[in-house]
Amino acid sequence: MQELSLHILDIVQNSIFASADSIEIEIEEDSERDALVISIRDNGWGIPKEYLSRAVDPFYTSRETRKVGLGLSLLHQAAVQSGGYLDVSSEEGKGTEVRAFFKHSHIDRMPLGDIGKTMSVLIIGNPQIDFAYHHRVEGDEFRFDTRSLREELDGIPLNDPHVIGFVFQEFEAWMTKQNSTLRGGRR
Amino acid sequence: MNLDELKKIREKAKKEMEQRQHGVGVKRVIVGMGTCGIGAGARDVMAALLDELSKKGINDVEVTQTGCGGHCEYEPLVTVVDERGQVIYGKVTPDDAREIVRGHLIEGNILGNLVFEPV
Repeated sequence: MQELSLHILDIVQNSIFASADSIEIEIEEDSERDALVISIRDNGWGIPKEYLSRAVDPFYTSRETRKVGLGLSLLHQAAVQSGGYLDVSSEEGKGTEVRAFFKHSHIDRMPLGDIGKTMSVLIIGNPQIDFAYHHRVEGDEFRFDTRSLREELDGIPLNDPHVIGFVFQEFEAWMTKQNSTLRGGRR
Repeated sequence: MNLDELKKIREKAKKEMEQRQHGVGVKRVIVGMGTCGIGAGARDVMAALLDELSKKGINDVEVTQTGCGGHCEYEPLVTVVDERGQVIYGKVTPDDAREIVRGHLIEGNILGNLVFEPV
């Protein structure tokens, strides 16, 4: 995978598989601390203690369709290759938190990529799940919470064609703003 | 969030929902979103599907995702389920995805060259 946002999409699939109905995604970029931190928290069924230490092992998986489990191990590798690390904590019956730390300026750190597409696909493709997205870049921040979106929509489903356009637009606007800041040379 | 725009969307969508209360079967499109699917480009395929549906204003199609079904080498896999049954498309690109919306979902033609046939 060539973007951190694809890894995020992949890790969230684990949360969905674990029957989570609330998923929080937090991204923090801080060049002063030279850090990029991604946190994914869910309220799914969690990982049993005895398997937690093997979560990043590519040759361990709880699935039955194939014999390898690559999601967490690929993210682990992406973090380590850029001077960072991966932390997985979980409590059975309560949920799981995956945190990936990256050295922001590291030459081998993958770009975040099209996080707007990742989030739009997740939100619209899983209308039964509540997503809370929080992205901080230096002093700037963006939040998107499907709970408040649902309240405003008053019964209109999240996968209504008008709502689909709206979700894409909101994330695109935030990404465009970030890119213009980047070009302005602040980062 | 742009609340003014949301308000407009709510009113528009409500009107349309009232108009299509009667007897419309919902079609489903399912995108394989396992690690293998994502690595092969499933996110951009799904985004293209959603974008095309939204642009064409189609509201009787539900796009969802599923995990790995074990046919990793044929990903991205897109399954279309409608009143006639189920068709699975393999190695789908974002352009193919738009074609699936236009050809299969709107016009009702199965796109023979894209159909997934496991060897």
